[in-house]
Amino acid sequence: MLHRIAAAAAVAVVATVAFAAAQTAALNDAQIAHVAYTAGQIDVAAGKLALSKSTNPTVTAFANDMVRDHTAVNDQALALVKKLNVTPQDNDTSKALTKAAAEKTTQLSALSGAAFDAAYIANEVAYHKTVNGALQSTLIPAAQNAELKALLSTGLKIFQGHQAHAEMLAGTIK
Amino acid sequence: MAAGRANRALPRAAVAVVALALSGAGAVAETLHVAIKDLGFGPTAITARVGDVIEWTNTDFIAHTATAENGDFDVEIEPGATARVTVSKAGVVRYYCVFHPDMKATVTVLAK
Repeated sequence: MLHRIAAAAAVAVVATVAFAAAQTAALNDAQIAHVAYTAGQIDVAAGKLALSKSTNPTVTAFANDMVRDHTAVNDQALALVKKLNVTPQDNDTSKALTKAAAEKTTQLSALSGAAFDAAYIANEVAYHKTVNGALQSTLIPAAQNAELKALLSTGLKIFQGHQAHAEMLAGTIK
Repeated sequence: MAAGRANRALPRAAVAVVALALSGAGAVAETLHVAIKDLGFGPTAITARVGDVIEWTNTDFIAHTATAENGDFDVEIEPGATARVTVSKAGVVRYYCVFHPDMKATVTVLAK
């Protein structure tokens, strides 16, 4: 259990460092869109991994929720950047997020059964906490376009719900 | 002859039922609208009568459900879609969204 907590905390730290980098150099809207989209894709991939590995109906239901919602948000983001004629721009924050996620996927892939379920849910708590914190303190304030700001704010509301849901499950999935 | 009386009696019975339906307060089914917006039900508390229809309209771009805790109803409402349920028994029914359990509301169903 301690090991799992430590692993989740480690990912949270890496992601926090990634977002901290964003605060030193203000991101433009094309970069913010890229970060938000990347963050969504990472959670969709984590959800799909859970769907392929878990047999716990509570965990797979939650994973389905993540895939459904994050796909919907990213579809909105794609439609918005197309409308605004903006090309999402890769950046250090996106790269750091992707790197941290790849490491986490390797860790999770090595687990199975109840150990996987607990680690997946613990990571969902940590990941949403980090991304929500970044949205709130960095990405939303930095966004210049009103529609992008609004979409990020709606996303934050959805992801705060995910965080609460994951925290609720973390108490029951041991 | 007896059969004939019974036949003639039928339309009168039907008229009586219609008259009762028209005169009885709340006896005609109503549709109560609940909006789903920004991950919330609005209003969060409604009062219906047995036979009424509850209609949820989801203006979010993510899917939601209206799922009764007691199992009375469970409908999925896709983005931009509307779903309806006819309430068939009296009682206080708490419902929520299965996908987003923080979304909660109540319908109080009164007897007809």
